[in-house]
Amino acid sequence: MKQQIEGSQAVAQAVALCRPEVMACYPISPQTHIVETLSRKVKAGEIGNCQFLNVESEIGALSVLIGASAMGARTYTATTSQGLLFMAEAVYNAAGLGLPIVMTIANRAVGSPINIWNDHSDSMAMRDAGWLQLFAEDNQEALDLHIQAFRLAEELSCPVMVCMDGYILTHAFEAVDLPVQEQVDAFLPPFEPVQVLDPQDPISIGAMVGPEAFAEVRYLAHHKHLQALEAIPRISQEFQEIFQRPSGGLLKLYSTDEAETLLLALGSVNGTIKDAVDDLRAEGWPVGAIQLCSYRPFPSHALRYAIQNAKRVIVIEKDLAVGKGGIVSSEVKLALQGLPTLVDTVIAGLGGRPISKAAIIDIVKAACLEGLEEPHFLDLNWEAINRELTRQAGQRRSGPTPENLLREMGLSGGKTV
Amino acid sequence: MVTAAELLASAAFRDGKVAQAFPSFGSERMGAPVTAFCRISTISIRSREPVGHPNVLLILDSTLLHQMDVFRGLSDQGIVLMNSTRKVEELGLKDWMFQHPEVEFYSFPASDLAERHLGRSISNVGMVSGFASITGALTKESVQSAIKEKFPGKLGEVNALVADEAFEYVSSHPVQA
Repeated sequence: MKQQIEGSQAVAQAVALCRPEVMACYPISPQTHIVETLSRKVKAGEIGNCQFLNVESEIGALSVLIGASAMGARTYTATTSQGLLFMAEAVYNAAGLGLPIVMTIANRAVGSPINIWNDHSDSMAMRDAGWLQLFAEDNQEALDLHIQAFRLAEELSCPVMVCMDGYILTHAFEAVDLPVQEQVDAFLPPFEPVQVLDPQDPISIGAMVGPEAFAEVRYLAHHKHLQALEAIPRISQEFQEIFQRPSGGLLKLYSTDEAETLLLALGSVNGTIKDAVDDLRAEGWPVGAIQLCSYRPFPSHALRYAIQNAKRVIVIEKDLAVGKGGIVSSEVKLALQGLPTLVDTVIAGLGGRPISKAAIIDIVKAACLEGLEEPHFLDLNWEAINRELTRQAGQRRSGPTPENLLREMGLSGGKTV
Repeated sequence: MVTAAELLASAAFRDGKVAQAFPSFGSERMGAPVTAFCRISTISIRSREPVGHPNVLLILDSTLLHQMDVFRGLSDQGIVLMNSTRKVEELGLKDWMFQHPEVEFYSFPASDLAERHLGRSISNVGMVSGFASITGALTKESVQSAIKEKFPGKLGEVNALVADEAFEYVSSHPVQA
């Protein structure tokens, strides 16, 4: 049934329909509304056989779920930003142990400087931990991906992060089609674990593995992701058959026929990109877009196939590999190795800076007409940066950079140096 | 403020329209200026950028007039609905109005209305209903239904009363120019 609700509410409803058995959560903006709603639902007895644990920290949350999942329970949590980094050790452990935990990442920038707004720095920091990472374009897809995530996680015995843009999606009210319990039950069978801690039939999980076998265990984790490359589109297809709408998959193409330039991005900015593509097409620019839904596993072959006939790909990414540039664009370049396609990196939307349709249109035109420096930083205030660099060059004790910049821009900041 | 945007979107949805509402995600501090956005359309809304050029501006706190450029980006033929007991000329906006002759400006005491019924000066419901009354973009019934869903029980009924009065007030008071 269609409802006009907040993204966080939509996700909480979807998670509840998946019949989770243990949820351990620690609130942090912009994820809080999701776990608040779920805790109320558990208390009200709306989720059958489910325990909700209020834990003392994020690493506590995921550690509880590691135990619960190993006992055969369907498990869920949500976090973001510093919370995800605080649970980092457990993030790697959950994947290494092959436990099918589902976690929402309400994507948010990572400090310092402290910033509560959206970008993808948090989940990018965990990109090699062994979790699947699926990115939602809108709240309908965020809702749908959670249902698919439990199915994927449990089929592969591998944890899954569903990444949705913090605030932009979590706090947006829009219409979503909420499934009914029968549909979810038909799609998601009860959890059948591949390993269970059972006092009646004791085994140990989490052995120390030395140089003799460590590489093999890691390869098998990698192999799981190769299997996911096949499972993600198949499960997305099955989802469509039951729920009557397309959602998820490895990647989605928009207006790519005869496109010479392709825009590629993760998450909600794809909506704005589609509007930009329509405007550019109306002006005669042969432009299309690719939404990367599955970031881990990285669908290199599917991407290469989708991009091969384009002259140029402009990767718009909400992250920065400090000291290098683009994270996603580097991986796209590798996927296109040997092809003449140019790959541009546009670093945008950091710390919640809005990405406008006008800016996307301008960057496409600039790239096609003049080319872009690598990497290109969208809408950067060079004046403020150069003033700060001059200040730093002029005195040893130049003071804290964020405070200096805020003062330069006439915003609140630290004391005058 | 965020509730106002939510109610706008919820009412539009009830009218069979497509709507998207979202807050400006400011610092989480009581009393800080807050902006929220709402898009209403008959076709799907894909954009995720903040509304930079609104057709309609609802100003819930008129003291912000002197703290920030609240009119930035407003369409030349835009509509402003201000929560205030003062008339436009008393708000110090005469020059601004002169420079923007095509903007329709309404000032009405949404907070007072709420204060009378709820004992609290919360202007959101009155402003949303005022918006419906001025623009005709939302039906009165959908606004009522959105309010009753957001505020169940007695609170919803009282708020619906506020909405009714706001609707009548705004429709019976002409544009101030």
